Amino acid sequence: MDIPLQAVLSQAMLGLNNGAFYALLSLGLAVIFGMLNVVNFAHGAFYMLGAFAALLGFDYLGRFLGDESLRMSFWAALILGPLIVGSIGVVVEKTMLQRLYKVDHLYGLLLTFGLALIFEGVFTNYFNVSGEPYNGKPEILEGAFDLGFMFFPKYRLFAIVLSLAVCFGVWYLIERTRLGSYLRAGTENPDVTRAFGIDVPMLRTLTYFLGVALAGLAGVVAAPIYSVSPKMGSDLIIIVFAVVVIGGMGSIMGAIVTGLALGLLEGVVKVFYPPLANTVIFIVMALVLLWRPAGLFGKEA
Amino acid sequence: MADVLDHGGEMLRVTGLHAFYGESHILHGIDFGVRRGELVTLLGRNGAGRTTTLKAILGLTGRRAGSVMVNGREAIQLPTHKIAHLGVGWCPEERAIFSSLNVEENLNLPPKVRSDGMSLEEIYELFPNLWERRKSQGTRLSGGEQQMLAMARILRTGARLLLLDEITEGLAPVIVKKIGDSVRLLKARGYTIVLVEQNFRFAAGIADRHYVIEHGQVVDAVSAEELSASADRLNKYLGV
Ligand SMILES: Nc1ncnc2c1ncn2[C@@H]1O[C@H](COP(=O)(O)OP(=O)(O)OP(=O)(O)O)[C@@H](O)[C@H]1O
Ligand SMILES: [Mg+2]
Repeated sequence: MDIPLQAVLSQAMLGLNNGAFYALLSLGLAVIFGMLNVVNFAHGAFYMLGAFAALLGFDYLGRFLGDESLRMSFWAALILGPLIVGSIGVVVEKTMLQRLYKVDHLYGLLLTFGLALIFEGVFTNYFNVSGEPYNGKPEILEGAFDLGFMFFPKYRLFAIVLSLAVCFGVWYLIERTRLGSYLRAGTENPDVTRAFGIDVPMLRTLTYFLGVALAGLAGVVAAPIYSVSPKMGSDLIIIVFAVVVIGGMGSIMGAIVTGLALGLLEGVVKVFYPPLANTVIFIVMALVLLWRPAGLFGKEA
Repeated sequence: MADVLDHGGEMLRVTGLHAFYGESHILHGIDFGVRRGELVTLLGRNGAGRTTTLKAILGLTGRRAGSVMVNGREAIQLPTHKIAHLGVGWCPEERAIFSSLNVEENLNLPPKVRSDGMSLEEIYELFPNLWERRKSQGTRLSGGEQQMLAMARILRTGARLLLLDEITEGLAPVIVKKIGDSVRLLKARGYTIVLVEQNFRFAAGIADRHYVIEHGQVVDAVSAEELSASADRLNKYLGV
């Protein structure tokens, strides 16, 4: 087989770009699962909501307010999108999820799955399933960088760098700060943590906010790359669940590293045997489950 | 029951405390009190409800009823995390050292509930082993070191009422002695202590009063002075 290195490197870069999204999303899932004991099936829907927050803010806000020139810029969306999505998450956690922590995983999973269907259904009612383009990509992120081996779109590079920075910021928050030690303790032994005077129910709300805000952020960042559609989350979330299974629930660094590595793998496989690219993650998942059922970074039960 | 207490100086007063785990009714009206600076023990056979009593004080059981006054404040309606802020420190039976935290993070975990807790330096002076292991993962410590860590971490917070559950369980005699010394030191410093203990000899040496719990009720109270006269009675309760 004669494949130029250049092709491998370019696909690897695109793969890294996908991997950055996997990392952001699986990180949120892992944090939520650790602290709340909930497999958050609505994660894809929150990602979709983030993208729609950007789209609606840019294209529809002005129309709605009667002043066409009024637009929420991409930079504003980067901040407000996660906040809006996180706030919806807080409402969900406080009114519904909170009642389910003491019962089996299955109930949280069913609830969030139901919510995902509702969010998707509502947006499918008003928006085209095939998606709408987001036109708010900022001027300075247009064009491409010359990386030597390829011209790489500036925006995608921005997406990779931003996602990585946020991932490591979250890692730092959880592993190196006082608030993070509360989160780790609350994940490990909620009763003793509460008995020490730490408000664990509030930490859970905060964790859900953080987790879904990360999904919302991923959605905003995805908007200029992929078309914004009601189904964008459910397509992606299946892969992200595979990533989480491979990495193992409950490890922050595991979620980040696995997300990036699998994105890369997908990209590289695309060069060698394109039909395999969409399934390779699931093959890896099957192998990992046979070899280490708790995942690569998970603690064996 | 020999329980003549001046209610003004009470750090803890438990009255008619009932507690449930799900449908099982475990505590059937626990009554006891501890004055400021006193050390009392809760004695009883396995399964008598001593650990449950401490958990019920902290709001960690299921449904509970009755009254728990901590430092003059009613705690029965409070959520668990607020009870700690009344000045209660808990050393659980299973020690509950966090494996995701290193020794120093474990020490620093409980938020301060008053400003006059011990400093890290004082704590390390009291438990020098912990200083040497301060960067180790909490659960990598030996059983004795974990026990010291579990006690040390509630001293930083300024809690003045300590609920200590089986702190000598499964430890070698030298370590038990060391822990005994530190408990005596805490008492000398004016801490109020409730000690759940199987090791009666350990308890006899340091307590002001003993409460005997049976089937979720306090069935007897024996003060330190009455101890030798009541030895037979206690032995019968404890089945030794
Ligand atoms: N989480 C729980 N759910 C249901 N029942 C429990 C639970 N924890 C304890 N019990 C029951 O409550 C009763 C009292 O238990 P507790 O742990 O308070 O005993 P104890 O006096 O501390 O004795 P020991 O620690 O020596 O076993 C026991 O019958 C026990 O089986
Ligand atoms: Mg016990």
